[in-house]
This record gives sequence, C-alpha cells and structure tokens, in this order.
Amino acid sequence: MSQRGARTMFGALWCIIRHDMRLAFRHRQSLFNPLTFFVMVIVLFPLGVSPDKAFLAPAAAGLVWVAVLLSMMLSLDRLFQVDYEDGTLEQLSVCAQPFYLIVLAKQLAHWLLSALPLILLTPLLATMLHLDAAHLGVLMVSLLLGTPIIGLIGGIGAALTVSLRSGGLLISLLVLPLTIPVLIFGAGSVLASLDGLPVQGHLAFLGAMLALSITLAPLATAAALRAGMSG
Amino acid sequence: MLEAVELACERDDRMLFTGLSFRVAPGDLLQVEGANGSGKTSLLRMICGFLPLQQGQLRWHTQAIGDNWPGFCQDLLYLGHRTAIKPGLTALENLRFLHSLHGHATDAQLWQALESVGLRGYEESYCRNLSAGQQRRVSLAQLYLSDAPLWVLDEIFTAIDKSGVAQFEALLRERAQQGGMVVFTTHHQMALPGLKVLHLGDYA
Repeated sequence: MSQRGARTMFGALWCIIRHDMRLAFRHRQSLFNPLTFFVMVIVLFPLGVSPDKAFLAPAAAGLVWVAVLLSMMLSLDRLFQVDYEDGTLEQLSVCAQPFYLIVLAKQLAHWLLSALPLILLTPLLATMLHLDAAHLGVLMVSLLLGTPIIGLIGGIGAALTVSLRSGGLLISLLVLPLTIPVLIFGAGSVLASLDGLPVQGHLAFLGAMLALSITLAPLATAAALRAGMSG
Repeated sequence: MLEAVELACERDDRMLFTGLSFRVAPGDLLQVEGANGSGKTSLLRMICGFLPLQQGQLRWHTQAIGDNWPGFCQDLLYLGHRTAIKPGLTALENLRFLHSLHGHATDAQLWQALESVGLRGYEESYCRNLSAGQQRRVSLAQLYLSDAPLWVLDEIFTAIDKSGVAQFEALLRERAQQGGMVVFTTHHQMALPGLKVLHLGDYA
C-alpha cells in the first residue's frame, strides 16, 4: 500500500480530539450549561432540604453522583448529532483509521469537555456539603472511574438516536437505566468509606465496568452510527 | 480499478436501479447521470459503504471492497452533498481537519490549496461568514491536496459559479491524465474529453 503522506493512527486521532475541543471552546455556551446545572443543583439542595451537617455529610456523595449523572445526560444528545447533520460523520467513517478508535477518540474529547470540569469542581462543592477530605478522595476516584462509563454507555444511546431530530429525551430513557449500577457503586463507595468499611470492592467493580465499557461500548456505538448513516 | 457487478438499489419499496454493472479504470472519469430521485446519490453512497449492498458486488483492484475496507478507505476521497464544514471554525482550520483524516499537509500546502480555490485572503475567516459557494470551495480545496486514486464526488458544483466549475473541470481533466479515477454526479453540462456517462435511467 502506498504511503501517500499517510498519517499515523495517533496523529489522526489526536486531530479529531483537538478538533472537537476547539469547536467546543468556540461555542462556550454549551460547555457551561451542564456545569451551571451541576453547581446549581448542589448549591440549592442544602437550601431546600437542610443545611445541617449531620444530614449533609452522609448525603453528599449521593447528591454529587446524581448531579454528575444528570448533567452528563444534558450534553449527550449533541455528541454525534451535529457531525451527523453536517456530514462530518461520513468523512470520519471513510477515514483510513478504524471507526472504533475514531469513536473512542470522540468519546475521550467528550469526557474531557463534559465530565472533567465537573470532577474538578467537586472538591469545592463537596467541602460545602461537609464531606471530609478523607472521603473526598474516595469520591474523586469513584468519579474518575465512573464518569467515563456513563459517557461510553451514553454514546450508544446518542448513536442510536442520531438520525432522529429530537432524541434528547429518548437517550435519557435508553441510557439512564444502564447507568444505575455506576451510580450505586460510585455513591456506595463513599458511603462504605463513611462507615469505615473497605472501599476497594466498590472501586474494583467500577474499574471492571470501565474496562468492559471501553472495550465493548465503542463497538456498539460504531455499529449504531453506521446504521444511522445508512438511513 | 473499481468494478461494480449487478448492483441493485431499492428504497421505500421502489426499485431505483437493478443489474447495474460498470468499471472505472485508471484515467477514467465517470459521470453518473439520471433524473432527480433516480439513485445517483444512493449509488455513490453504496460505493463509499454508507449504504449496504443489497445485491451484486463492488470490487476495488479485483478484491471485494468489504474484504479490504481499510485499504479501500485509504484510496478513497469522498466529497458529499454535506460538506462537513463547521461554521465556527476558520477556512484554514476546517481544511486542516478534513485533510488530516487522510494525510498530512504543511500549513504552506493548506494555504496554497485555499488560494487555488480562490479563497486567498479568507484563510482566517470564520466559515459562518462565508457564502455557500465559498464554503463549498473550502471543501473542494481537499481535491488540491488529495492524492487518493479514487475520488467520489456527489454534486460538488452546487453553489459554485461558472468560472469555478470550469476550473474544477480542468482539475478533473488533469486528474484523469495522471491516472486518477473519478466518479461524480452533477447537473452541470461537463465538457470533458473521454468522459464516460452512466445513465441510471437505463437500469431502472
């Protein structure tokens, strides 16, 4: 095969990630929406329920996890939609790199844009909720392991609904039930830590789910995108 | 060499074409012609693998396309109806990304390509501020960078002015002389020597 100045695989994938990041930073509004939602939910919760430390400290992890899950849902419907509508997806699918890796690259960019900012804000918000530093570490690790799973599973939903004009609600219906285990193990790890129990079991489950979704979810997403394009 | 054997296409219970066979050898320009809705775009999308083959076979260098999909992709440049141009990026950024999917080009080459399609001075303009024809030209600038042996071009002259069409016609002619293969659809009258025309109406 002639190498007509062909790119290395990582070069091409890096270009896709950089492209998605640049686009997102040009449309900052959509970048801040999930972030604002996340902060508002957590700030309003103590005002609405109870600012009492005895109540907030045990509820903090669950609250952060639910807020993270819901704000990630907000950004899911745009994951492939725009690229589908303007033809970028067609170009990506006839690119010489495996479609599986292209999907993975797009998911990585999406995680960096939609989940990482939430994780970075978590220490501040968790302190507001009276979560101790010792337990905060567990929460952070569980988020780092869990949020990519949500993004990867959500990607399947986004790909399945890519040819629909308004798939937003449908994605949530498809994806939310599948992300419940992540929520349970994620929040559960911090609760275990609060009770003085070992947390490795919870985190190991999250790690196993992450390994499984990194290997399998992009396959399903790629297949769903191809099916969407043939419509 | 691209070879199609006994292709058929059915959409919405309508048979668009059937028993369609053709062959594109190096140096061939093939224009797919037909009325609106006769299946021109469907045929091109089939070649690029967006539509599954319902019948027959597509071969690239005597090998079924599906058997060596990465190899085929490496040899293919597809420009479609939809240009994949992002309004929020500049002309240069758009071109750089689109080309990066196929190969590597230096900035000088990218600037040169944009100048060739008449966008000198627009390199740093956001594409949302460009006209439809100019956006199309950003997409067409890929032709000046691509050395893929097979070009599949779907209605690429939409919104392009007369002198632009003449320029790209010349590019296609030059391409054919260099041994490239081009399959395209257009409603423009093309003045290309040795142009092969495939009338989809004959296979309906």
